[in-house]
Amino acid sequence: MSMFKKGEKKEMPAIASGSLSDIVFMLLFFFMVTTQMRETENKVVVRIPEASESVKLERKDLASYINIGAPIRRLQAQYGNEPRIQLNDSFKTVDDIRDFVAAERDSKSENDRAFMTVCIRADQDVRMGTITDVKQELRRCSALKIMYSARKGQ
Amino acid sequence: MAKKTPAINSSSTADIAFLLLCYFLMTTTMGSQTGLSRRLPPMPDPNQKVEDQKVNRRNIILVKINSADRIFAGSDPIDISQLKEKIKIFVTNPTDSPNLPAKEPKEIEGIGTRNVTKAVISLQNDRGTTYDVYIAVQNELVKAINELRDEAAMKEFGKKFLALNEDQQKAIKEVMPPQISEAEPKDVGKSRR
Repeated sequence: MSMFKKGEKKEMPAIASGSLSDIVFMLLFFFMVTTQMRETENKVVVRIPEASESVKLERKDLASYINIGAPIRRLQAQYGNEPRIQLNDSFKTVDDIRDFVAAERDSKSENDRAFMTVCIRADQDVRMGTITDVKQELRRCSALKIMYSARKGQ
Repeated sequence: MAKKTPAINSSSTADIAFLLLCYFLMTTTMGSQTGLSRRLPPMPDPNQKVEDQKVNRRNIILVKINSADRIFAGSDPIDISQLKEKIKIFVTNPTDSPNLPAKEPKEIEGIGTRNVTKAVISLQNDRGTTYDVYIAVQNELVKAINELRDEAAMKEFGKKFLALNEDQQKAIKEVMPPQISEAEPKDVGKSRR
């Protein structure tokens, strides 16, 4: 059987590696397009609670985020470790939410304003008092669509 | 005399591209946001007189979480693991008890007339409640309603709620309407032990 004859050395043809870079570039472009850099730096620690019934946010581009939690360790000397509200890039108080919502609403296109969702990303140890204040302020600015951020668990 | 330019060795472009690829792989965040969607009630107009919404007492279940994260449904303390069943029994009122929510026949497009419950779930919390517990309770309430809708969908269309098309989902939502209302925050004193 010539098929299984040993000793007959065959030269393996070299695999053409010229297209390898093309493939990699394709992947690269995919990730470049889908990636989104985090534009704001987290200044509060947010450990998101778990909820088995959480659903996906439909329109990510229409969401604005309110982070609530204790300041990160580096900033604790300055700001203490009481839960704080972070809007965009800085610590704010409940009163600033009005301006924040107005600014966010302006940045969305006219048709989509009604669908703007405010995503409350709060740490699981935050007391509801803070969140109730935020919710009341949101109601006052009539930003009624909200979402409690939660991980899909279990 | 034309000199031939030597071909540039291109085998390292792949390596360079890999390097970039790794960078973007590391920094990318594909994880989409998930959470519990809610609609807040609009702020009542201060000029308008608050009309007494005559909701029959039997139609409301008040779920309360106090500052020590204890959960009360109605007036009795309850463990979170039993909350879902309690809500489901409350909403469906299987024995037509006069203490549980009333039902009302309603014409629903695409299905016909069905008895629709008038139950309202009201969630109230204290300022001292932990967010974690609050979300857990919200989750249980959502789960109860989702399960009831699944059951209704199974009965009407023989499919799970999420497998239905838009019109059918709308019909099921009318059959099983209960919404979770987040009650006006009450100023419960911090001194309440």
